[in-house]
Amino acid sequence: MTDPKRVAIMVTCMVDQIMPEVGVAAVRLLRRAGYTVEFPVEQTCCGQPFFNSGFRAQAADLAKRSLDIFEPYDAVVLPGGSCAAMIRKEYPHLLERWPGGTARAEALAARTYELSEFLVHVAGWEPAPAARAPRVTYHDSCHMNRLLGLGAESRALLRAAGCEIVEMHESDRCCGFGGLFSFRIPEVSNAMTQEKVRRANTTGAEVLVSADPGCLMQMRGFAHQTGMRLAHLAVLLEELTR
Amino acid sequence: MNEVSFHTFRADAALAIANPHLQSAVDGATLKFRRDRLRALADLPDVEAMRDHFKAMRAATLANLSEHLEQFERQALAAGAHVHWARDAAEATQIVIGIARQHGARLAVKAKSMTSEEIHLNAALDEAGITPVETDLGEWIVQLAAESPAHIVVPALHKTRQQVAELFTREVGRPLSADDIPALTNEARRALRKKFLAAEIGISGANIGVAETGSIVLVTNEGNGRMVSSVPPVHVAVMGVEKVCPTWDDAAVWLELLARSSTGQPLSVYTTAITGPARDGDADGPRELHIVLYDGGRSGMLGTGYEEVLQCIRCGACLNHCPVYQEIAGQTYGHAYSGPIGAVLVPLLHGLEQYEALPHASSLCGACLEVCPARIDLPRMLLDLRAEEVARGVIAPPEQALEKSAAWLLGHRRLFGLLTDVGRVFQRPLLSKDGLRVPRRLNPAGKRRLPSLAPRSFHALWDELAAEEEAVAGAAPVKRAVRAPSRGRIAAVIGASVVPLVVLWHLLRRRGGKR
Repeated sequence: MTDPKRVAIMVTCMVDQIMPEVGVAAVRLLRRAGYTVEFPVEQTCCGQPFFNSGFRAQAADLAKRSLDIFEPYDAVVLPGGSCAAMIRKEYPHLLERWPGGTARAEALAARTYELSEFLVHVAGWEPAPAARAPRVTYHDSCHMNRLLGLGAESRALLRAAGCEIVEMHESDRCCGFGGLFSFRIPEVSNAMTQEKVRRANTTGAEVLVSADPGCLMQMRGFAHQTGMRLAHLAVLLEELTR
Repeated sequence: MNEVSFHTFRADAALAIANPHLQSAVDGATLKFRRDRLRALADLPDVEAMRDHFKAMRAATLANLSEHLEQFERQALAAGAHVHWARDAAEATQIVIGIARQHGARLAVKAKSMTSEEIHLNAALDEAGITPVETDLGEWIVQLAAESPAHIVVPALHKTRQQVAELFTREVGRPLSADDIPALTNEARRALRKKFLAAEIGISGANIGVAETGSIVLVTNEGNGRMVSSVPPVHVAVMGVEKVCPTWDDAAVWLELLARSSTGQPLSVYTTAITGPARDGDADGPRELHIVLYDGGRSGMLGTGYEEVLQCIRCGACLNHCPVYQEIAGQTYGHAYSGPIGAVLVPLLHGLEQYEALPHASSLCGACLEVCPARIDLPRMLLDLRAEEVARGVIAPPEQALEKSAAWLLGHRRLFGLLTDVGRVFQRPLLSKDGLRVPRRLNPAGKRRLPSLAPRSFHALWDELAAEEEAVAGAAPVKRAVRAPSRGRIAAVIGASVVPLVVLWHLLRRRGGKR
């Protein structure tokens, strides 16, 4: 892979509106890894909420919009595995309806990265161990783990930064978010989340880390039931490498 | 009209979640199955290659399904079996009842069969004056309780021993203690033994139909399948047409994966292969063997995007690994087929309109695909079914309007920014440390706290962040202003017109839920 040292960040709509500190941290980490970060201001949403709830035409329009916005950049980095998986796995078939859309989407997919993946495999960046780092437990978010095969990268970064990782029982069990699922069938979604938070709690870790804003948002809905801090990978790493 | 609407599904799910016994039973059983599956699959030299091979075999069989079924029929006839073809549940039940009547049967013993659950065979037999008795212990418990199975492999997973003792007490007419489980199973054995000996007909399903010899294979753990198929003078097996497999070599791979994926056993305790009825001189076995090849909408899926679902061998691994199933168990799905496979299969068999909630009973986590021995892409099919619901108007118009407006809004960045700024103003009275404090009745997320919008969006922070000199170590953190954004005034005006819309949304949502 060429190393353009210049990347575009797609912060995702959830980070933009609900947890911008994740985007801020991601930008700083990328800069520390030696990259110039650009923020294409027209960006909004990758379209995944609509794709997952069956609104294909709407999802395709937002996919096309994102394609047009991010196509000019050499690399696109997202602080969210699920949205990265959307671009990598779903854009190529969603964009079929435009002439050449699939080829363009495949080209974009090939240079789209989830943050930890980019830091480890492209930038080759490794954080220096912090003087004081917390004990953490890591939640493997579903799409990042099962669609992108990522998880070892987050753990490697956390360990390099000095964190001790205490694995929870079935770290790859869904947090209960599932996009609109969490509103269509909230009873089940919430029961899943409470189970997840309970399992994280029993590890005795100080921080529950996730690399996905969606999972984090969902689990924070029950943050008042746990003494743990719930942090995005980028935020924690940024703090530890100041 | 709706069998499983969002409203009924949510209500039943809430009951299941609030049932501590059910929760511990499902957690315990599925966790054991997950662990045992891993251990059992580790015995195989290259399980991933075997799964690939199995999937290819299943796909190839379905691509020429009629050919394989015709070969199966020819070979079964040559072995002395009778073969019947049933298009739908009514035909299948009529064929079974016809055979029973021909032999003057009043009592039928049954081995556990999901296909017979699918066609509601027990109800049809009862109506025809033939008493069906389930002989799989779990299935018998569920039958005595007049319920449907809670799991496709372990139907009575949800029953306590106290409940079982009560059911057995009622059945045998003597008080039985819940504290003596061996005594309870002995009672079941005694009661069922009498039924095996008295029944004029035995009814089973078939896990596999092997085309090259016209044989059927039954996979059981209690031996009751062997009793059902050998003690009564007549044996009827109802087999879904998708269960055919070309050769015994193929069946061997099937069996390698089935019990391992299901209960984590290398093989089930009994694997019974049946080729034709008893031959002259055989010590036992039925005089007549009937095989009912049941379609029930399966052939309609061939050649569609859902053909892959016919590769399912009903192992239940997707249930055991599904975090949704683990919270709600099988009966919430409103059908004998539950879990991820049920969420896909049931709407395909009986209609999206009747089972509108099932394609949404998933967080799309992908655990089902990860563990399926045939690698059936259930998440993809759930997505396709959801898209069909939108296209066919199963999703109510107000919700469609809401989603489409949201998507439109996200296509207009400035307007989206403006409206979220409106939200920033209006959320103020609800702000708390961990998100928004919304009265439970009005909270669309139930008891989960809703997230609040950050004081400033990333878009609003970008200029400062861009200016930040990151090259200098220890750069100052970006200031998080709490003041209202400069667009606040316009936002407030627009907000005044948005509030009624939000209220309307809530009203429509709640009405929509009560259909």
